Amino acid sequence: MAKSKADAAVLPHEQNSMAIIAPIVGWLVPGAGHLIQRRWVRGAILLTCVAAMFVLGILMQGKVYGPNGGDLLDMLGFVGDLGAGCLYLVTRMMDWGQGAIQLASADYGTKFIIVAGLLNVISAVDAYDIAIGKKE
Amino acid sequence: MQLSHFTAAIIFSFFASIVFGVTQRTTRDDMVRYGAKCFVYFVVGTILAGWAMWVVKR
Repeated sequence: MAKSKADAAVLPHEQNSMAIIAPIVGWLVPGAGHLIQRRWVRGAILLTCVAAMFVLGILMQGKVYGPNGGDLLDMLGFVGDLGAGCLYLVTRMMDWGQGAIQLASADYGTKFIIVAGLLNVISAVDAYDIAIGKKE
Repeated sequence: MQLSHFTAAIIFSFFASIVFGVTQRTTRDDMVRYGAKCFVYFVVGTILAGWAMWVVKR
């Protein structure tokens, strides 16, 4: 009885810390929020899909948005790009991607990069749901 | 790297559907089923939108 009380006292604390760490780690590195919770396959799948979309977007010469205070769509593009976490930060540091769209198909690349960021946000939220026990 | 519009849309649909399946469902079977459903919706929606634009253009 005493043991179960101790377990009950420890579990919420562990869950709380994981509920904070998992989405942050999941945002920084796609799929990592699942990997640190031992959801190996899901984490690997999410990492592969998000990274593949992001890299394909860069290879298609898509535009990478920087912080800006101009057009609303540009600001939303930045928010979407930022969702990719470290992928976006590394891309900005290495100055990859295009500043302006020069090809018709490059517009798809721009969308690939933005959607990769948004999908990463969804996976970070999923990692949070797992951490709080809302999802297995 | 230059892809055709349709190829780009298919690749987009493929990866987005997988992420939707993994994040929006709990069991493995449900994930596969939901991912496949999303992929079909994406592709059919792309084709329908293409034809709709063709009609608008005429």
